[in-house]
Amino acid sequence: MGWYNKRLAKSIWVFHVSASPCNNCDIEILDLLTPKYDVERLGIKLVGSIRHADVLLVTGIMNQKIAPKVRKIYEQAPKPIFVVGVGTCPSGGCCFNDSYNITHNRKDVIPYDIYIPGCPPKPEAMIAGVAKLMEVLNE
Amino acid sequence: MKLNENVNHVPVGPFHPLLEEAEYFNLTVEGETVVDIDMDIGWMHRGHEFISEQKTFTQSIFLVERICGICSTSHPLACVHAFEDVDNTDIPERAAYIRSLVGELERIHSHLLWLGLAGHFIGYDTLWMWSWKYREPVLQMMEIISGNRNHYGMMRIGGVARDVDPDRVKTLRPILDMLDKKLKMIVAAAKDDPVLKSRLKGVGVLTKQDAIEMCATGPTSRASGVPGDVRTDEPNDAYGWLDFKVIVTENGDVWDKLVVRLLEMLESTKICRQCLDKLNTVKGPILNDVKEISAGEGIGRYEAPRGEVFHYVRTDGTNRAIRHKVRAPSYVNIPTYSASCKGIPIADALITLASVDPCYCCTERALRVKGEHPDAIDFLKLSRAKTERIRREIHGH
Repeated sequence: MGWYNKRLAKSIWVFHVSASPCNNCDIEILDLLTPKYDVERLGIKLVGSIRHADVLLVTGIMNQKIAPKVRKIYEQAPKPIFVVGVGTCPSGGCCFNDSYNITHNRKDVIPYDIYIPGCPPKPEAMIAGVAKLMEVLNE
Repeated sequence: MKLNENVNHVPVGPFHPLLEEAEYFNLTVEGETVVDIDMDIGWMHRGHEFISEQKTFTQSIFLVERICGICSTSHPLACVHAFEDVDNTDIPERAAYIRSLVGELERIHSHLLWLGLAGHFIGYDTLWMWSWKYREPVLQMMEIISGNRNHYGMMRIGGVARDVDPDRVKTLRPILDMLDKKLKMIVAAAKDDPVLKSRLKGVGVLTKQDAIEMCATGPTSRASGVPGDVRTDEPNDAYGWLDFKVIVTENGDVWDKLVVRLLEMLESTKICRQCLDKLNTVKGPILNDVKEISAGEGIGRYEAPRGEVFHYVRTDGTNRAIRHKVRAPSYVNIPTYSASCKGIPIADALITLASVDPCYCCTERALRVKGEHPDAIDFLKLSRAKTERIRREIHGH
């Protein structure tokens, strides 16, 4: 799928899934669209439907109520889809690992491709993360 | 409810593209009019109270900061108030001013965030881009004070974690001056906008009676003429020594909620300026070191941007709280939908749902499902079409 991925990397359309985050990564993702960062100049666009997306931005620790819905969203996505875990929560669980309601095996629900750590990651870090993904796609 | 062919259900959620949290609403509509609303929450439940009881006091503050990314000063502040209430711990005067400064900066950033999203919902993306552009200086000030754009980690039991030294005050002041000027411009522009006015006036009215009965707090109740504000009712930190007004309006519609928030931002810049002045003159420590907390109970209140945050802790003399209860403002504000959403056209439902500034901004987009066949009509499109229609009527083109 090398030829496909190369075309994909020219303009990545992302869909944002909030799986029990604290909102902070989410407002920073929205911040990317506003005049200071304006990611649309890089061809990155936040889309309204999962059917249009190339990349899923997943935030949060994914509680047990939302995990099946996140799985459903992932299944509805046209493949190939790349999953980016934004924030500390998807990778390490932040401070919620003792909770009764979180999904511990988040990787089994949806396969994450890259993680962007930080609580919350700076918008610059998020742009760098997606740029890294573009690099991989271009290989 | 009696089965009626004209009644349709409009599910909103749980995932909304573009925006933040996952929430689910089920609107019952008759033609274009909303007759009933049902909500399903719990998509964001992470068990904070349970985890907090296993953490030490300092870790608890770190944890409650992560309840909400937008109120990430309000929760820790209410939490430290609760822990300080157990032993009646005093905080140094300088720490009080720093707390109030951080709290008010957060209020400005939260209200600007809401203003932008409200503009986005009704199809005014200019307003969105504008207000989020001028939200950046606030985040920059936060970064200068605490080192992070969100999640500041400033609060400690008995004071604050970091000092705002005179050099930083010098850097902050020009940014605040610039921000003040731009905020005044935004407030004047938004208040004069004829389209915004006709789109929001008289929409989603929450009467004073309903606001009292449903225990609404914050701007939601103040817009309905209920003058409740923890900052003046029970002044803690530096609020007792500062000069500011509580904005109260009478009508309870979305326009009044907008006006309350706009004017509150100006009051907040006033408070920030006073705090910065005081930080130049008030010297002293920033933290009373608290070694241990005795057995007892404590409550903490703070006026978050959305309303009153309430924390209750019970301690038993160890380094953990044995009970930690949190009541967030959105929890009491969300039920007001059942009063304010009834009988309004569905195009206005979106902005009415957003008007209480719920701690999820997910009401952005929805699919309309009729019977079993998903016949997709864009909720946002309906709202935007209405604004466009009003704009044409006013401007005549």
